[in-house]
Parts: sequence; structure tokens; C-alpha cells
Amino acid sequence: MDSLPNFNPFDNLLCILLGISFTVWFTLLLVFIIVPAIFGVSFGIRQLYMKTLLKIFEWATRRIERGAKDKNHPLHKPYSNAIIAKEPTSLEEEIKEIRRSGSNRDLDSASEFEMSDIFYFCRRGVESIMDDEVTKRFSAEELESWNLLTRSNYNFQHISLRLTVLWGLGVVIRYGFLLPLRVTLAFTGVGLLVVLTSIIGFLPNGRTKNFLSEKVHLMCYRICVRALTAIITYHDSENKPKNGGICVANHTSPIDVIILASDGCYAMVGQIHGGLMGVIQKSMVKACPHIWFERSEVKDRHLVAKRLSDHVEDKTKLPILIFPEGTCINNTSVMMFKKGSFEIGSTVYPVAIKYDPRFGDAFWNSSQFGMVSYLLRMMSSWAIVCSVWYLPPMSREEGEDAVQFANRVKAAIARQGGLVDLLWDGGLKRGKVKDTFKEEQQKLYSKMLVGTQEDRSRS
Amino acid sequence: MGSRASTLLREEEIEEIKKETGFSHSQITRLYSRFTSLDKGENGTLSREDFQRIPELAINPLGDRIINAFFPEGLDREDQVNFRGFMRTLAHFRPIEDNEKNKDPTASEPLNSRTNKLLFAFRLYDLDRDDKISRDELLQVLRMMVGVNISDEQLGSIADRTIQEADQNGDNSISFNEFIKVLEKVDVEQKMSIRFLH
Repeated sequence: MDSLPNFNPFDNLLCILLGISFTVWFTLLLVFIIVPAIFGVSFGIRQLYMKTLLKIFEWATRRIERGAKDKNHPLHKPYSNAIIAKEPTSLEEEIKEIRRSGSNRDLDSASEFEMSDIFYFCRRGVESIMDDEVTKRFSAEELESWNLLTRSNYNFQHISLRLTVLWGLGVVIRYGFLLPLRVTLAFTGVGLLVVLTSIIGFLPNGRTKNFLSEKVHLMCYRICVRALTAIITYHDSENKPKNGGICVANHTSPIDVIILASDGCYAMVGQIHGGLMGVIQKSMVKACPHIWFERSEVKDRHLVAKRLSDHVEDKTKLPILIFPEGTCINNTSVMMFKKGSFEIGSTVYPVAIKYDPRFGDAFWNSSQFGMVSYLLRMMSSWAIVCSVWYLPPMSREEGEDAVQFANRVKAAIARQGGLVDLLWDGGLKRGKVKDTFKEEQQKLYSKMLVGTQEDRSRS
Repeated sequence: MGSRASTLLREEEIEEIKKETGFSHSQITRLYSRFTSLDKGENGTLSREDFQRIPELAINPLGDRIINAFFPEGLDREDQVNFRGFMRTLAHFRPIEDNEKNKDPTASEPLNSRTNKLLFAFRLYDLDRDDKISRDELLQVLRMMVGVNISDEQLGSIADRTIQEADQNGDNSISFNEFIKVLEKVDVEQKMSIRFLH
């Protein structure tokens, strides 16, 4: 009764204003984002957004270049391509060449060992120090033009006032408007997924359950796609994976799953985690059969293979989604595919995913960022733009073993996505390289030494 | 953090490295980018582990010896090399024709001269730095290059033959001058040079 009378009308006004803005906010959200997600249509807002951003980035890069030229400083250009010229000659050819240049004698009667032989190993070693094919795959790709994100700028001293203002505006928009919006959507999407799949879990197995489960999964993944402002272009959808098949794709980040699953229904494979992930996993499996493994079961290759082949034989179950690289690579190359999924013997549906790094780098560098900070980075980038190609299905041919089949699929994916096809194991991110490679080189070199001895003894 | 090349390497430093090694401005910034990406500890220096993390170097039979070349102080496990040292060692592999542009008769012999390239290779053999390649040192390097594929006796005879051909003063080891003499016809300039694309 004795409360200050002046504040009451203001309080009411404030409440009314807050209430109205919340309602407006949610209506907009519902109309423009959630409803289209449910029905799978799009207003084209994101495409427009993308085009506008590109124009701004190009302008920003030109300003930086002009700024650098005015001050007469050379600009730092990222070395996305090779920095040194590497000749693709073999060990044998190269050492023979070195020896030939150093002696007058005829090659056939050359001595077994020359002190100059080490030049080959020397140069190859230093070349790999200057630039190697593997280590650069485990860190984010460097960009040619600047995309107004601090994290990808290498020419800080060339920023003019106008550019700084633009960057500041960018920060405000990204963190003040886009981030809260996206976080809201993410929570909505995940929440709906958990709740609805649990509800569906109560239904008896049958056509209705599968139908509903499909719709629910698709809807929630689409909301998550919008939560990341992911602009995805799907190519060749006629090759989409069918039941009883295995879908393999190159792996760049956990977002790959969301991108593929918002266009089709898959059975996921993975290890059961604790915490929020575990809750999501357990509720998803109520609605439709996913393949989750306990931590102890992951080591048992036979058990894993058995569960996968059992799933694949049941034609009513969804196609399995697997990332054979086993780890995240930075989307400039495809690394060794583990042969496990290729031994099962069902049809393989390869999928190539290529991200456009100009709008936000999707690569998850797990040694640098944990999952939560990674997701925050993703949600505060401009957008995630990517292309997905569904490649025609492949099966193992006669006389081809699992490793060759895996390499064939890998080559097809690399070709389609414009990625470099590497034989190296993605596990090199954390582990040491096997000694067998060194032993191969030693064997080759030994043959050069001992081989000539045999020739000499014959003549 | 991504590599912040130009922001952390000052212009004066680049000029000094340019004078000392002969690399161009853009080559230095690129190699600095490479240096920082190898530097996992982010403390401005590289340790032996940082080098061993490069798979192509780890499978090179002479990988460990090459890594040694960056740490002139000795075989101490705690060794670190900074960017200057890194560049100084890499400078040995600059192509010789690049020197034509900066012909300065008063300057000391450039790091990538034929003699210095040969010295780099010589040091790969000469582990104890006594300026002589002994029979044991030669055997060690041979063993690294052939692995388990050749017997001790065969390897021993190869080593003996090599020393016999090269040794001129009869001390059963190869000095640097004898080394140079043996390799006088080899195209060292080309085989121990790495070409930059820019």
C-alpha cells in the first residue's frame, strides 16, 4: 500500500513492452524459422544473406589490399597451396641421378655405395620440414579474403577506420543478435527432439511409429540447421542412401551429422556419452534403432562388425551413417578410410561434403577447442555454407579386398569434393606414424646397394 | 589461435634474416607461418618433438640426423631452436642461382654456397663434430639408411671400401677436404637445393 506510487505505471508499462516484444520475437521465430523447418520449405532469406555478405567481404579485402599498398608493405598471403616445388621422383631414380652426375663410370658397374647418397634423404627431409602434406590438415584452412572475423585475420595493421567500424558492427550483429537467436533455436531443436522421440517411443513398433519418427527427426534437425544458419546445397539427390546400405562421408566436424540428417533419415553409429549427449542419444534410440556402443564394446572389432551387419541385413532399418576417417580433418583433403565399414559387404553410398570457408570455418580442432566453445564459435560465425554431393552407390568388386575398396570410395569422394586424396592416417593427428613406412624406404635403399653386388658377382 | 605471421614478426627482424640468409621477404613470412604452425607449445621455439611430429620426416631414415642439424649445441634433450636458428639452417638449401641478385663481394660466404651445402652433409655423418668421419660414424649412418636388410659384414666391407677410396692421408677416416674431393663432380648445387614457388 505504501509502495512508491510513481513506479507502478512504469512497471506496468515495462511489463507490457517486454511482453509485446517477446510475443513479436516468438511469432517471427515461429513463422520464419520453425514452421518452414517443419515443412522443409525455405523463404530464401539465407541465400540473400549470403550474397550480401560476400559483397561485403570482397570490399573489405580490397580495402586491406589498398591500405597495404599505400603503406608500401607487402601483404601476408596465406599459403593454401604448396610453398616449395617438390619433384615426384622415386628413391631409386633420384639416387641414380646423383651418382651419375658424380662419376664417369658406367652405371651398371657403379659402386654400391656413394657418400652422395645421403643428399636424397637430406633434401627430402628438409622439404618435409618446410612443407608437408599431413600436419597442415589438422589446423584450419587459411583464407584468401578476410571475412570480418578476428580469428581469421593476419593483416591487422592494415585495417582502416572504416573497416574497423564495419568489423565492430559485425561483432554487435553476430554476438548481440545472431548468437542469442541461434542459441534459442538450438535449445528448441534439441528439446523438441528429446521430448518428441521419447513420446514416440511409447508407440508399438510399426509403420506409424517409423513414419512419425522420420518426421520428428527431420524437423528437429532442420531446426538445428537453422540454428547454425547453415546454407546447404544438395546435389544428385537421386543417389540418396537407401535402407540396408551404409553411407560414408568425409568428416570435418560434428555438424556433418546435422547436415546429412536434415535431408534424410539415418541410423547413427557411435559411442554412448554421458551428460546431455547421452540423454539425446538414449531418447533418439527409443524412436528408431540407432547403433550406440558402450565404451568397452568399441574396442571389440568383431562385436562392432556383427552389430553393423545385423543392422544392415534388416531391410526395414535405416541406412547407417559412418565417417571412416575416424577423426575430423580440415576439409582440404580426405585421409585414410578405416576398412571396418567396407568389410561388411553391403552397398556403400559415398557422400562428399565440402564447406565454403569464407563464411565460417567448420573444422573442429579438438586439441584447441572443446565441444561447447566450438559450438559457440560456429554460432557466432556468419554462416555455415556447404555443398553435399550424393555419389552413385558402390559395391565391392570381385578380387578387391576391403582396403582397395575403401581407397576406391575415398578417391571418388575426393574427386567430387575437390579435396586432396591422401593415404596418410587421420590418426596421425594424435599418434605417431608407424615404423613400417621407414622400413619400406630402408628396404628400397638396401636393394640398391645389395642389388649391384649381386650383379657384380655374376659378371 | 591461427598463425598471426606478420603481426608477430617485426620488419627489422625480417630485414636481418634477409641479410643473413638471403631469403626474400615473402619467403620469410611463409616460413614463419610454417614455424608457428609447428610450434605446438606456442613459446616461439621448436623442440625435437615438434620436428618428429612431421610424419614424412619421422619415416625418413636419416630423420633424426637432420633434426640434429637444427640443434648445434649438442645432443641435449632440452634443446630449443628459435626462428633465427631455424632459418639459418634452412638457408643451406636455397638455390645458388638466387645469389646472383645480391652479389656483394665484401660479404662473407653465403650459407648456401657449395662448400656450406657440403658441410651440412658432412655434419650428418660426423656426429661427434671432430671434423673427421670415422669408420664407426660411417657405419652408423649406413645402418640408419639400410635398416635390418644388410648384414654387419657386408656393411662393414662397404664402409671399408668407401674409406679406402676417399682417404688420402692414411688416417683411416675422412676429413672435410677429402669429402669435398670425393664429391667434386656431383651436382651439389641442384641436389641440395629446394626451389620456392613464389
